[in-house]
Amino acid sequence: MAIRGFLFVCGAISIATTVGIVYELGKESLLFFRDDEVALLEFFTDTFWQPQAGRFGIGPLILGTLMITVIAMIVAVPIGLAAAIYLSEYASRRVRGFFKPVLEVLVGIPTVVYGFFALTFMTPLLRGALGGNVVGFFNVLSAGIVVGILIVPLISSLAEDALSAVPSSLRQAAYALGASKFEVSMRVVVPAALSGIAAGMVVAMSRAVGETMVVTLAAGASPRNFALGQDSLFGYILNPFQGAQAMTGYIAITANGDLSYNTIDYNSIFAIGLTLFFITLGLNYLSRRLVKRFRQAYQ
Amino acid sequence: MSVAAPERRPSDLFPTEDQYTGHLNWRTRKATWFQLFCLGMLSIAVIALATLLYTIVNDSFGLVAIVNQNQPEAVLADLGYDPETTSLSDLEIDEMVSLLAANVSSGVGRRLEREQRFYEDRLVFESDAVWSEICASSEPPTGCNSAPRGAANVLALVQERVIQPDVIASNQLLPSLVSPEDFEVEVAAGFEAGRFQDYTLDQVQFEWRAWFSPSFLLSPASATPEIAGIRTAILGSLWLVVITVLFAVPVGVGAAIYLVEFAKPSRLNDFIQTNINNLAGVPSIVYGMLGLAVLVRLLEPLTSGDIFTGGASPSDNGRTILSAGITLGLLTLPVVIISSQEALKAVPDSLRQAGMALGATRWQTVRSQILPIAMPGVLTGTILAVARAIGETAPLILVGAASFITVDPSGPFSKFTALPIQIFQWTSFPQEEFRNLAAAASIALLLLLLTLNAAAVIFRNRFSRRVE
Repeated sequence: MAIRGFLFVCGAISIATTVGIVYELGKESLLFFRDDEVALLEFFTDTFWQPQAGRFGIGPLILGTLMITVIAMIVAVPIGLAAAIYLSEYASRRVRGFFKPVLEVLVGIPTVVYGFFALTFMTPLLRGALGGNVVGFFNVLSAGIVVGILIVPLISSLAEDALSAVPSSLRQAAYALGASKFEVSMRVVVPAALSGIAAGMVVAMSRAVGETMVVTLAAGASPRNFALGQDSLFGYILNPFQGAQAMTGYIAITANGDLSYNTIDYNSIFAIGLTLFFITLGLNYLSRRLVKRFRQAYQ
Repeated sequence: MSVAAPERRPSDLFPTEDQYTGHLNWRTRKATWFQLFCLGMLSIAVIALATLLYTIVNDSFGLVAIVNQNQPEAVLADLGYDPETTSLSDLEIDEMVSLLAANVSSGVGRRLEREQRFYEDRLVFESDAVWSEICASSEPPTGCNSAPRGAANVLALVQERVIQPDVIASNQLLPSLVSPEDFEVEVAAGFEAGRFQDYTLDQVQFEWRAWFSPSFLLSPASATPEIAGIRTAILGSLWLVVITVLFAVPVGVGAAIYLVEFAKPSRLNDFIQTNINNLAGVPSIVYGMLGLAVLVRLLEPLTSGDIFTGGASPSDNGRTILSAGITLGLLTLPVVIISSQEALKAVPDSLRQAGMALGATRWQTVRSQILPIAMPGVLTGTILAVARAIGETAPLILVGAASFITVDPSGPFSKFTALPIQIFQWTSFPQEEFRNLAAAASIALLLLLLTLNAAAVIFRNRFSRRVE
């Protein structure tokens, strides 16, 4: 019985972790919102993040995160999905034996090394190709592309799992009707696995939102403050060639160095962290719902 | 109701031979193109990996343009050695210390001694009276409690303070191999443009430099890129591995055993399971914030070691290896639990029933039957999870890994730095030489991870042989 109790405590530690996250992040966020300079409404609606000027709108930071995530998904979805289709539908045992380890190594490389890669390879490449006056030293595009590379293995392995879970009777039926391999893949297998594939994409998206090091190193440390209606939408607000700090980037930069407790900077990272936590929680919940739907269809 | 039959022959409904083959060819072509497209996309992953590794290696080796304030040959000749046969690393520790004493101001010397002393039994720059006074003060410097500097450490100081090499420009591996003369031209052009005003062109030596080298691995951190190393960072990372494993493995495996073997379906147990799945998706930086708020701040007396040492801990706050290790442990926990659960579930039920039929309790069955068989799976999953945690940077930034530390970590309560932090810091510096250091440190980190992964494979093979 004592052992059972100990084992239960081990399991309960995970609950304590969640409670700890929600409680601590919530507590510090509350302190942040209780500050005279900050208003809850302003936090969600203002498009300026300038702590020095007393303006705390999370808009610019969300904009940075969003742009990087969208670029990452544009890069990663075609690559990851095509890779998964190839591995599950086409590849022979030997070909798989070559590509699978490559994808696993890509997963294993620490994100800070990807950050180094973004800054020393991707950024100079983009600046060389598009011109140094167009592309800034810190830019969203480079960070987005590298985050995309980072999540390719995630998408491909989850999508491959979904594809190989499709019963082979469906494939055989399609072949028997004279379908080509392309038609079987794209019209039978992929649609059948769609919710599983979508779940993988959502997981990858949540990973991209929470990714820190690449974003901190390559996308710069200044939030892209904007005024809707005044600033040009594509020339400035959504311009991928210039830097824009993301939520995770702000947390990392602010916490780096000696951060004193009970300052507004200290409390602000918790408010942003809490927002980040809920965004990723929502995405993970969505992906589990999708997986459940997929399972119901085939079990 | 009657409809007039269409004025068409049955053969109109079917394609002609030409149409048929044309369409078939088009379908086949489409299939081929699609296959090539998928293969191409998959190849992008390979290209990305190759490019990444190339970038790291490319920046870790190459030509450098270097200016020494004091030539090592001249220094050795002054000491009466033949520069042809002797190098600085052959010097005795006493000779190096006296070299230092002759070349640095007494203020710098005192600072170095307070950081870490040169000899166990005597002082070089400080007087005994002052030393015992500052060591008795409320905030004694690190030199009072740590072991004396070793030969490698003093050699690094001699390099830094006496030779004072200054890399004024560095080149990457590929251009250094293909067209070394271009680099010399570039440096000469830099001189003409007035970029290196402290030196003249004839002071410059061009030499090959491996930034990733044994001395890089063994030297402590330094603000001078020429002599900076990652020993403190490697030791910090190894300490983190130990604490992460000590925390995550017992707790993680325990939780998995509870959920698979003991838990009856109940709302609470379902909640634990869902919660673990949720935690696996929480970004690592959020764990860092949890570590900062709870371990570093709330539990400061515990994590700084104050309650064990009565306030004389090596660090004066909770930003210690212990805090960081437990943070990484919490981060790893969901993955360890999930992979251990998989391993336990893979053990056939017949074994459980056999154990119980023999009169063993549930725990006895688990301990002597189930766990040994599930062990390879548990270990592999655990090591892979720990390997991932060691590469994490964001949580360490949050729990306050110091970016610049030259003293080796002495225990779980000391301040620390770690490899990923070091890479992050060096990458964010503007000077080119730090980029070379970041690349070299990346190689070290990747090798460390490779070792851990290899260990996972070996463990798995070993254990599974013993069981079968």
